[in-house]
Amino acid sequence: MKTKIGFFDFAGCEGCQLTVMNLEEQLLQVLQLVEIVEFRELHSGSAEQIDIAFVEGSICRPGDRERLLEIRRRSDILIALGSCADNGGVNALGSDRTPEVLRQEVYGADLPHLYTETPHALSKLVKVDYRIPGCPIDGQEFLAILQALLLKQQPELPGFAVCVECKLAEYPCSFDYGQVCMGPITRAGCRAICIDGGTHCRGCRGLIDNPRTSPYHRILEEHGLTVEEILEQYRTFNVNERPA
Amino acid sequence: MKIELDYLTRIEGHAHLVIDREAGKITSCQLQIVETPRFFEAMLQGRHYSDVATIVARVCGVCSISHTLASLMTTEAALGIEVPVQAQLLRCLLSYGEIVQSHLLQLYFMALPDYFNTPSLFHLLDEKQELVARALRLKRTANRICEVVGGRPIHPVTTCIGGFSARPEAAELKKLRQELVAGLPDLEATVELFASFEYPQFCRQRETLSVAPDDRYPLHNQQIQSSCGTNYPATIYREEIEEYISPQSTAKLARNQHGSYMVGPQARLRHGQDKLSAMAKRVCSALDLNPNGLNPFENLKARLVEVVHFTEEALHTIDELLLCGMTQIRGKDTPSAGGCSTAAVEAPRGLLFHSYQFDAKGFLKAADCVIPTAQNLAAVEADLQQLLPELLKLPESQIKQRLEMLIRAYDPCLSCSTHLLKIDLN
Repeated sequence: MKTKIGFFDFAGCEGCQLTVMNLEEQLLQVLQLVEIVEFRELHSGSAEQIDIAFVEGSICRPGDRERLLEIRRRSDILIALGSCADNGGVNALGSDRTPEVLRQEVYGADLPHLYTETPHALSKLVKVDYRIPGCPIDGQEFLAILQALLLKQQPELPGFAVCVECKLAEYPCSFDYGQVCMGPITRAGCRAICIDGGTHCRGCRGLIDNPRTSPYHRILEEHGLTVEEILEQYRTFNVNERPA
Repeated sequence: MKIELDYLTRIEGHAHLVIDREAGKITSCQLQIVETPRFFEAMLQGRHYSDVATIVARVCGVCSISHTLASLMTTEAALGIEVPVQAQLLRCLLSYGEIVQSHLLQLYFMALPDYFNTPSLFHLLDEKQELVARALRLKRTANRICEVVGGRPIHPVTTCIGGFSARPEAAELKKLRQELVAGLPDLEATVELFASFEYPQFCRQRETLSVAPDDRYPLHNQQIQSSCGTNYPATIYREEIEEYISPQSTAKLARNQHGSYMVGPQARLRHGQDKLSAMAKRVCSALDLNPNGLNPFENLKARLVEVVHFTEEALHTIDELLLCGMTQIRGKDTPSAGGCSTAAVEAPRGLLFHSYQFDAKGFLKAADCVIPTAQNLAAVEADLQQLLPELLKLPESQIKQRLEMLIRAYDPCLSCSTHLLKIDLN
C-alpha cells in the first residue's frame, strides 16, 4: 500500500507547497510511491489517517491551534515545512509590537475577525518529528527527507554552515563585497543559492547546531561591521531564535 | 436554508462562502476571507531599503516575482535610482515567466478538474497520462524562465535595487529559447483542450482596470487605464481607489467612484487586445473568446491567450537580450536622501500597487500594498449576487460546484490579500 501524505498550511505564503509542486516530473515519480490524500490547493477532499503530514506556515490564531492539534492526532509523522513552520520565519518580524498595534497600523480598525497572536513555530504547540528549513524549502532536500522516511531511515539535515557549500562552489565571499552575510552560522543545504545569485545569505535556514561565534565576531570586526548590522540581518528570518 | 462550502479547495489561500436563502430568495451572500492577517505593511517599517523587496516577496509564493518587482520599482522611483534598459528587459522576461507559470498552474491544476469532474489533476494520472505529463512539462518550462533569470522560481535571488546582482549566461538563454520553442506543440494541444470545454454562460456589466498598454500589452507601465475611459498615473492611486474593511474579510476590499471593478487577465485583454502577439490573436479566435467579453468564467480563456502571448514575448525578449548583450544589468545604487513613490505592475492576477515612504537614511517609514485579489473581491461578490438567483432551480451539489467554479475563475490569491474557500449556502 502507498504511503499516505498530506499537505497543510497556516499563516504563510504557500511557497513551500508550491516548491513541492514545482518538482514536476520528479513529483510524478514520487506519486508511484505515495498517495497525496490531502492538499487543499490542488485537491478536493480530506483523509482520516495520514502517514506523513507536511505542515507549512506559523500558528497565529486560536483556531489554528485546534486545527494543528487535529492534524497531529491523525498523522503518524508531522514535518514542519519551511521557515514559517520551523521557527516563525518572516511572520515573526512584527513581534516587537503587540497584535493590537499591528492591527491599527495595517487595518486602522480593531475588529474581532482580525485578531491574531504573536506567530509561533509549530513546535511550540505540538511534537514536530522532523523539519525542512528554508524560505522557501529546497525541493531536492524535501525529496531526500521523504526518501529517507520511505526507506524507514532517519532523515538528516546538514550539520555544517552555508560557508562550506559556498567555498566548495568557489563563489566569491560576500564579506569582500562589504555585505553582511549570515553564511558562517546558517545551516547549509541550499547550495548557497543566494550567494550564487550575487547577494548574501540572510539566514533563512536557521542556525547550525553549534555555531562558533568567536571566529564570526572576528570576521565582522575585520570587515568593519557592527553587531547591530548583523543582528538586523539575522532578525529577518530568525526573530524567534536567540542569536548566538 | 443554508448552503455552505467549507474550506473551498483548489484556490490559493483560505475563504468560505456563506449563502442564506428564504422562500427561494437570497437573503445574504458573503464571501468570507479567513486568511490569517500577516501585517506586512507594518513589518516593513524601519527596514533598510535594500531589504524591503526580499521581505515583501514573502507576501505570496505564487506571485513573489510581481511583489519583488513592484517593490524594487517603487523604491527606485522614491530614491531616484536608474535601471538600465537591459535590466528592464530581464525584468520583463522574469514577469513573463511568472505569469505563464501561475496561469498554467491555475488552468491545469485548479480549474481543469472541474471540467473533468475529478477532485484533482493527479486523479487523471491513469486515464490521461499524457495530459498530466503535458501540464507538468509546460509548467516546468515556465519555471525555467524564472530560474534562469531569477535564480529560482519562488522568491528570486538575483533581483536587486537598480537591476540584477547576477546575469544569466547567454548559453542558458539560448537553451531556454529552445525549450520554449519545443513547448509550442504542447501549447497548441492545450488550446485545443480548453476550446473543447463548455463554459457556463453568465454576463454582468463591469468596469475593468489595468495598467495602460504602452507600445506593449499591459505589464510594467506606470499609467492606469479604466474601461470607463479614465487614464491616470499610478502615483495618484489613492485618489482613485479606496480600500475598505469588511467584517467578513481579513483582506481589505477596494472600490472606486463607480463601485466594484475587475482586474486580471480579462481586464488586460480588454485594454490590450491590439497589442497581442500574432499567435495569441489566433488563439483568441480558436477559443471563440470576445476580448471585450463580460463572462467571468471566460477568464480561463483569457489566461490561456496570455500564456501564448507572453511565451511569444519571452522568445522575442531573449532574442533582444542576446543581441544587445547583458553588460549593463545594474544601475548605480546611489539613493537620494529619502523620498516617496508608488509603482504599479501587472501581477498574474491583475493590478498590483506598492507605495513607500523612506526617511533621509533610506529606512522605510510607511508602506501600502494594494493587491489584485483584494480589488476583485467586491466584483466576485457582485457576480455571486447576480448569478445565484439563476442557479437556485439546480440541485444543491450543482449550485455549489458552479459557485466554486466562478470563484476559481478569478484565481483568487488570498495569501496575497491577507488565504481557503468554504461555501455556506443557507
